[in-house]
Amino acid sequence: DPDRKTEVVLLACGSFNPITNMHLRLFELAKDYLHETGKYKVIKGIISPVGDAYKKKGLISANHRVTMAKLATKNSDWVEVDDWESCQSEWLETLKVLRYHHQKLLSADVTNNLQDAVPITKLGRKRKQESNRHEPIKKKNQSPVAKSVPQVKLLCGSDMLESFGIPNLWKLEDITEIVEKHGLVCISRAGSNVQKFIYESDILWRHKNNIHLVEEWITNDISSTKIRRALRRGQSIRYLVPEAVCVYIEEQRLYSAESEARNAGLLLAPLQKVASSPRGSGVLS
Amino acid sequence: MKSRIPVILLACGSFNPTTNMHMRLFELARDHLHQTGRYQVIEGIMSPVSDKYGKKGLVSARHRVAMARLALETSDWIRVDPWESEQDTWTETVKVLRHHYNEALRAFQSKEFMRNKHPTESSMGDSLACQQPVLPELKLLCGADLLQTFKTPNLWKEEDVKEIVEKFGLVCISRAGSDPSQVIQESDLLSEFQHNIFLVREWIQNEISATQVRSALCRGLSVKYLIPDSVIAYIAQHNIYTVQSERRNKGHLLQPLRLPNTAINPLRD
Repeated sequence: DPDRKTEVVLLACGSFNPITNMHLRLFELAKDYLHETGKYKVIKGIISPVGDAYKKKGLISANHRVTMAKLATKNSDWVEVDDWESCQSEWLETLKVLRYHHQKLLSADVTNNLQDAVPITKLGRKRKQESNRHEPIKKKNQSPVAKSVPQVKLLCGSDMLESFGIPNLWKLEDITEIVEKHGLVCISRAGSNVQKFIYESDILWRHKNNIHLVEEWITNDISSTKIRRALRRGQSIRYLVPEAVCVYIEEQRLYSAESEARNAGLLLAPLQKVASSPRGSGVLS
Repeated sequence: MKSRIPVILLACGSFNPTTNMHMRLFELARDHLHQTGRYQVIEGIMSPVSDKYGKKGLVSARHRVAMARLALETSDWIRVDPWESEQDTWTETVKVLRHHYNEALRAFQSKEFMRNKHPTESSMGDSLACQQPVLPELKLLCGADLLQTFKTPNLWKEEDVKEIVEKFGLVCISRAGSDPSQVIQESDLLSEFQHNIFLVREWIQNEISATQVRSALCRGLSVKYLIPDSVIAYIAQHNIYTVQSERRNKGHLLQPLRLPNTAINPLRD
């Protein structure tokens, strides 16, 4: 029964500096996995590049990173780019981005349900596709509560999950809310330590049903760092990133020794926040 | 200034289907040869094996060539050549090398003939620094696994291996973790011609095996971003990889193993 499935939006936060085939693969793997459980229907994928205020070494301007992500997803019918996060003047915690997209999803859902209640003779654009148009009366009487609430889940690799353990990088209450209220879909390489990491954390363990671990059997280690390194050395990155991204990087001459030196010596934004305002000493385990 | 030696790279394999990794091999090999300062890679050739190879799950050459062609649409230097796939029998790699070398030589000689006929019209594209045009070389592009198979007794004809490394040359791509130079050291033949064996390390691991891709397709899983979109569309349109197609040649012996004392190329992935 398709109405019983929980609708899911996959949100990937990151530098995307630049976006690679590996990033895009995460979405495909996550969608296949969630669909195979029979409990979820993935309705959208969102790529949310981090703002320049993140101050990571080698991070080039958000304009370029958003453009490349858009070029990379132009051939996808379900993954899109959202630049809200990158437009903020200050760095935003991942949880805030999750909350923003969750709120957006809920209000879109409410609007859709209100539209459902409208008689079919009224002309108007519906955002969602209706498959059972011949039975509008049933839908009208169905309150939004009957269908389960759509969720936004954080999509990431095992490195992000394991970064939860890096001191001061994440607020403990943020991690808790992420896994409790939203959920994680974590793609990892066969043989990674992710399961052990979850086992060793009381908070993650408590919410392990909301942490979906997906194993990637096809070894795919196309990290942005390696891409930038190859570019500095004049080496080809073709077939590691989408063709349009490859062309864009060449035309714009992005990524050089100079761009890699950006933000050198600066403290990463989340760590800067800690330095200026001490936090509670929450411990992951 | 010494002019660079023009090089053509030839990759033999099943290409069942062509994946992003197959195309990466070419890019890596080209970068490596260019960075030696001695070579100019002028062309890449993908040569899908003939159906007579008899490998399990091998779909018709017509499709494999078509998919390779689609995959290489965006490349301005790599092309697919169907000659090997069109032969009546399976062809040893050394014979495929010889064929393409002769073709390259013929093209080179006719170009030289034209140049000598019209000396004032020689294009700027020709090597500026040299008066004497340089004969192109044809090198076999492969994974390091192929190098390993040279060690297996009776698998290769010694004279074939010698011809491959002496007359043509090998460009061998290996994974970050492995080091194929040991295989060379342990073989007198390979050591003698190690100047003609180029070992390239792939630090960005991208081991997209065609077998895994086919398996994913049979299970209805996504292979987007592992193989080009155009190839995915072609596979869907022609319903190429199915449970039935995977059963093809099941239980049959690979063609080279049926013939006495012929070379085999086990890594036709």
